[in-house]
Amino acid sequence: MRFIPNFKGFDFFPHDLRLPFMRYRDLAMAFSIIAMAVSLGLFFVKGLNYGVDFKGGSMIEVQSKSGPADISALREQLNRIGLGGVQIQSFGSPTDVLIRIEEQPGGEAAQQVALKKVLDTIGDSYAQRRTEVVGPAVSSELRVTGMLAVAAGLLAITIYVWFRFEWQFAAGVIVSLLHDVLVTVGLFSLFQFEFDLSIVAALLTILGYSVNDSVVVSDRIRENLRKYKRMEISELLNLSINETLSRTILTGVTGVAVLLSLYIFGGEVIRNFNFAMLFGVLIGTYSSIFIAAPMISYFGVVREGAASEDKPKSAKAATTRKPA
Amino acid sequence: MFYFSRWKILAIVVTVLAGVLISLPNLFSASTVAGWPSWLPRHQMPLGLDLQGGAHLLFGMDSDELRKEWLDSLRDDARKTLVNDAKIPASVAVRGSSVVVRLTRPEQAEAAMRELRKIQTSLGSALTGTTGSDVEIVQGDGGTITITPTAAGFQQRQTNAASAAIETINRRINQLGTAESTVVRQGRDRILVQYPGLQDTTYLKELIGKTAVLSFHEVNTSLTVDDVRQQGRPPAGWRIYPSDEPGEAAYLLKDSPVVRGDELVDSQPGFDQQTNQPIITFRFNQQGARKFGRFTQENVGRPFAIVLDGKVLSAPVIQTAILGGTGQISGNFTVDSANALAVQLRSGALPVKLTVVEERTVGASLGSDSIAAAKMAGLIGGLATMVLTIFAYGTFGIFACVGLLVHLIMTVALMTLVGSTLTLPGIAGLVLGVAMAVDANVLIYERIREEVRNGKPAISAIDAGFNRAFITIADSQLTTLSCALVMFWLGAGPIRGFAVTLTFGILTSIFASVTVVRLLAWLWARSQPQSRSLVVPV
Repeated sequence: MRFIPNFKGFDFFPHDLRLPFMRYRDLAMAFSIIAMAVSLGLFFVKGLNYGVDFKGGSMIEVQSKSGPADISALREQLNRIGLGGVQIQSFGSPTDVLIRIEEQPGGEAAQQVALKKVLDTIGDSYAQRRTEVVGPAVSSELRVTGMLAVAAGLLAITIYVWFRFEWQFAAGVIVSLLHDVLVTVGLFSLFQFEFDLSIVAALLTILGYSVNDSVVVSDRIRENLRKYKRMEISELLNLSINETLSRTILTGVTGVAVLLSLYIFGGEVIRNFNFAMLFGVLIGTYSSIFIAAPMISYFGVVREGAASEDKPKSAKAATTRKPA
Repeated sequence: MFYFSRWKILAIVVTVLAGVLISLPNLFSASTVAGWPSWLPRHQMPLGLDLQGGAHLLFGMDSDELRKEWLDSLRDDARKTLVNDAKIPASVAVRGSSVVVRLTRPEQAEAAMRELRKIQTSLGSALTGTTGSDVEIVQGDGGTITITPTAAGFQQRQTNAASAAIETINRRINQLGTAESTVVRQGRDRILVQYPGLQDTTYLKELIGKTAVLSFHEVNTSLTVDDVRQQGRPPAGWRIYPSDEPGEAAYLLKDSPVVRGDELVDSQPGFDQQTNQPIITFRFNQQGARKFGRFTQENVGRPFAIVLDGKVLSAPVIQTAILGGTGQISGNFTVDSANALAVQLRSGALPVKLTVVEERTVGASLGSDSIAAAKMAGLIGGLATMVLTIFAYGTFGIFACVGLLVHLIMTVALMTLVGSTLTLPGIAGLVLGVAMAVDANVLIYERIREEVRNGKPAISAIDAGFNRAFITIADSQLTTLSCALVMFWLGAGPIRGFAVTLTFGILTSIFASVTVVRLLAWLWARSQPQSRSLVVPV
């Protein structure tokens, strides 16, 4: 071990810093509620740009064999064969084109007929890179599976947190998780990014990341609840957030660095997925500081030893008589 | 002070070395690995279709058709046992989702019930302790008996059909070449075919999508189809079959065939010597040859029809008796479709019609582009993480990086050991796993700094850091694990690949980021001069 030089890392974080997070909790809460409401509105009004996984239909990625692809010519050709909505867009590089065909009426076989028509029409000057055809039966199943997966993920986490902590923590965590999922979905609706099965995987990972953050803060809150029996609850929450802040930031930064490199270099196929994750890390960090922890003060928490002789009344009052 | 015994150190080193050995083959090409000495592990993680290119086809079985066919065969069985064998006169017909038997003499109901019970099969399962039958036979009023398939019976039927279909598909695909295709049942009525390296699925779909039930029928020459249509109903035992040939509309054929396709022993594509059109030559087994020979002998000068999946392929006139048991089928074939049909006839008919319900293909070029992109992203992401960690935590940051490397190696080793497939979302999961694993070290080191700030001496600060951060690490890993398991449980396609790597990443992170890093910290502490002024390089 002597050949490794001893050197300290750069401790960027001023550890005596006490940012008054709890002072802004109402503001943050208002902001989050608005964000959630807007997301919900977007979801119902504008809807999501579902990919073939959920909507059914076909998606074909082709690459021009010589020179950049002529999208307008392709569009003209494909609009002539009468398949209803055909979407054509450039994909990543000028030679690559993504063709989307909406689900054809007439069941499973009709999708196959449509795919064949498209492939025959675009001919030999394009090479097929990727084809996805999802029939009506599978797409409706995947919709159910996708929703179930997110719901089951939420449930599993809530049960775990409930077992490990008091119910107030679990309640705070589930509200912050719902917030993360809703706002991410809202963002996808706002920008009309394609929403497919991989985004569901991203949502689940965001849940995992966000709860990870919340659990770290919650652990510290629990520890501090034992350590400072007389401290006022919102001050204690604030202290806990601040004490774990250096970790929250550093982990967030490494996470963002990794996801950013995946987003930039990881290729077009998983770009949307990486975008969702990138956003999720940010929103997950935000929600564990501004939602999960303050929720505990809204719900109030019964402290161990609060009824003991040193300062029973005020400790209890501080925890239970919080404005909701 | 925390302490590592010699045995513990040895165990850790051996585990890491085993991980390195197991994951090593993945860094080399398959041909290089094949040349390694036999004592080295040579198993590589198989690449998913999205990375190596290939076709993923999900077929759905036609359950309605399966049910209908079952009812038809139940009707035939009931008629045979009751009317033909036991001589109890009755009318038997399919009504909705059951078979209804109407006895001519209602007083024979008891005897009829006894006879009909013979067609019932019990589904007793020793494993679940359930008992039941595939059909329910209920005696009604006025000499009616209804035979209704049970849900369990139908499930059994589906299972049998699925495994028969899988066998047939395997036989058909194996004719295509040597690629390592997989055919598995998915859910109740789906069959998944994965075929690496193949992109043009047209031929594959044609090969699998046809039921390929072949039969040879007698053609009615005294009545035309138009006559029958005017009369409204064909004579008993005869049926109108549509034609596959252009121009010809339909044929009136005897319902029960002379010979069936399951009596074929061979079929090959070929060309007609006169017209040079693609044809299929076939050979019957002994029994089939005998039946076919007798039929052609008695019907020289008259046509017979070759029917495939309910459509007449052609209806040639019998020139001479065909006694050798061989023949040829001409029809509206291309070279490809003749080829496919020959394969289909050789490998037997499917028990049920299959339709494509989901298709995903990835070209080999996109696959290799994805690998290159993932390598690049992984390298840069990994480097960024390491630089950040060393920058933030100094010497202990280097230890954390060693932990990260061990983490990556162990995850890959576990995946190789279990034989899970590496997909593009899987690589994303791997990279993300690294970012998550670093969190454990961040938690520990922040804790150590805190303890140092609180005035603890170096060694006990390190000790407390590891100990107190562990609970938090376990909590946060377990919650992420519960998410990953949900993804795996419910997941289809990309979700599952991602969940697998994430799960393995979490499982190894405690060992790599806590145990290994702790060992390094201990070795560091031992190498330092024992003094009160020792400073933790974190």
